[in-house]
Amino acid sequence: MQDAFSTIFPLQRGRVHDASGPGAPFFAAALAGMTGGTVLWIKPAWFAEEINPVAFSAFFDPRDIILARTADQTETLAAAEEGLRSGAVGLVVMEVDKPVELTPGRRLQLAAESGRSIGLSLHPEGAGNQAATTRWLCKPLFSASDSTLQEWSIIKNKAGTNNSWAVRWDETARRIHMVSETAERAGSKGPPG
Amino acid sequence: MKRRVVSIWFQRLPSERVLRARPVDGPFAVTLNEGNHDRLYDLNREAEGQGLERGMGLADARAYVPDLVTRPADIDADRRFLTMLARWATRYTPHAGLDGEDGLVLDITGASHLFGGEAAMLEDMKERLARARLSAKIGIADTRGAAWALAHFAPGIAPPGKTSAALGPLSVSALRIDDKTATALKRLGLNTIADMTALPRATLARRFDMALIERLEQALGTRGEAVSPLSEPPHYGVRMSFPEPIGLVDDVMAALSRLLDTLCLRLKNREAGARAIMLSVERVDQTRQNVTLRLARPMREAPRILRLFERPVGEIDAGFGIERIRLEALDVEVLPAEQIGEGGLVEGEALDDLVTRLGARIGLDNIVRFQPVASHIPERGFTENPAAYGRVDTEWRMDHPRPLRMFAPEPVTSDAARRPPSRFSWRRMRFETAASCGPERIAPEWWRPDEAWRTGLRDYWRVETRQGLRLWMFHTPQTPGWFVHGLFA
Repeated sequence: MQDAFSTIFPLQRGRVHDASGPGAPFFAAALAGMTGGTVLWIKPAWFAEEINPVAFSAFFDPRDIILARTADQTETLAAAEEGLRSGAVGLVVMEVDKPVELTPGRRLQLAAESGRSIGLSLHPEGAGNQAATTRWLCKPLFSASDSTLQEWSIIKNKAGTNNSWAVRWDETARRIHMVSETAERAGSKGPPG
Repeated sequence: MKRRVVSIWFQRLPSERVLRARPVDGPFAVTLNEGNHDRLYDLNREAEGQGLERGMGLADARAYVPDLVTRPADIDADRRFLTMLARWATRYTPHAGLDGEDGLVLDITGASHLFGGEAAMLEDMKERLARARLSAKIGIADTRGAAWALAHFAPGIAPPGKTSAALGPLSVSALRIDDKTATALKRLGLNTIADMTALPRATLARRFDMALIERLEQALGTRGEAVSPLSEPPHYGVRMSFPEPIGLVDDVMAALSRLLDTLCLRLKNREAGARAIMLSVERVDQTRQNVTLRLARPMREAPRILRLFERPVGEIDAGFGIERIRLEALDVEVLPAEQIGEGGLVEGEALDDLVTRLGARIGLDNIVRFQPVASHIPERGFTENPAAYGRVDTEWRMDHPRPLRMFAPEPVTSDAARRPPSRFSWRRMRFETAASCGPERIAPEWWRPDEAWRTGLRDYWRVETRQGLRLWMFHTPQTPGWFVHGLFA
């Protein structure tokens, strides 16, 4: 199982992935911390939920974030495409509120392929990028002993099977640790809807 | 060689500048708004002939001359026009400069013979200026002061060495002194410059300040005064006209490429780089479109800039064809020669190009980087800087756990005090507190009024819910209430 996780995370370069759930920003931050390089973070200007660079400093150097504010989703996708194609950034995170259709999704994939960068779109639960290579659902996992525990489930995988892991962020090593699943999950309550 | 100076005085520069563009028959004046009062700033000969004068209120002037045509004054435009005239005057001598708001001064030492002597040169100037519909008075003398005096009071030539004879009969006002001093001199019976030169200097110096003596000596040539030529700011503009109108994007790009080569070479020669470049396109139907490319860092590499122009050029509407294109570097900064890195790009340039491209799409202001700020107020722990200014090298610190997401505080329905409520609802979801950690008390920065912090002190808690969500909540003990301010995950 450990092996399976390490083959899939950090996510495959030159591809676009998507993530949703309350743990999605954490997922993006952990991914950025492990990929390195500049992160282009694109979000519509009207989204009230702002990212907090101070908190990102636990994952990577917040100086490496370039935040782009867009007017709408069309602009977000266009900017993401530009960022992915340029190859100047390691990771492009885009926050979207509507599902990404197949055509723009394909365009993003092509751009990521030519720039060798990772694309990650953050969606509300239930909406996604139809062309994504992998889709993740990230939820915090309540545990009496660990306040950073998360459950990451891969719910769509073009290259393999779906799976679910309990993980936490190791701040000193700056990497994701997989927690032995069965032991932790026995004590936890199942994630609610 | 004896120094010779020309002074040109444009008596009606503001009005004539306007009239050149849009001629008016009959009385005309340029008005300047002072406070809430319009006054005549300058007027043409007809208006003067009908008894109007400078400084008169516009309402009064209208009462005398009902058919007076007026335009508002534009002092900046006048200044630019005068600068343009100074550039024109360099046809006579490279030493041409501005003299006040309405005059030029030219050092023609050793230049007049090229025009057939001073008299011929004077005639040439008069003729050309008259053809340009500008009324000018010109004086030629040994000194700048004397030339000015002649231009304003007795236009003509004072032969070399005959300065005092030429100036003698002129009014003391010809010495470029303020009205108060002139009036004071006249009150003493000193009406002409000759009256003044007859007096011992010490007597004058005792009654008046040294400025007067200086002006007198400058005019008579016993004290030097330089003619500072106009320093020409480097011009970064190139243009190209086409024999046949063009319309294809590829054609525009090809032309743009050639213009960029010229422009960038010019920038390179001066070790400068452009921060913004404006492309203006003139179409066959006389309309013009401007495209401004804002660059994330000063640049002068033509091929790179050309690539960045691809998108904006694609959006130009060529209409029936483009006749002329013009390229101008708007913001030019010093850019010393740099070591070229791998792949022909200096490090970080790929990123800067990306920022430029994104800027062309969503505006350069919408692309930011974060900079830490020393403030214990969570939402003020950082500021945003335009990404175009590059990475700021300051260390980030997180002393207390902070949530990845923050938003405007959202109230929670609960009546608990002190400890986080065991059950509460937020965003129409019900939560049960499983564990909590806190409080961390944060006081408002009282020296900075902030609407959001009007509720006073905040006790922050990290609240883990049985439902999974990890919230960042605070309680305000001074005006009891619970709020959610952020999400850890």
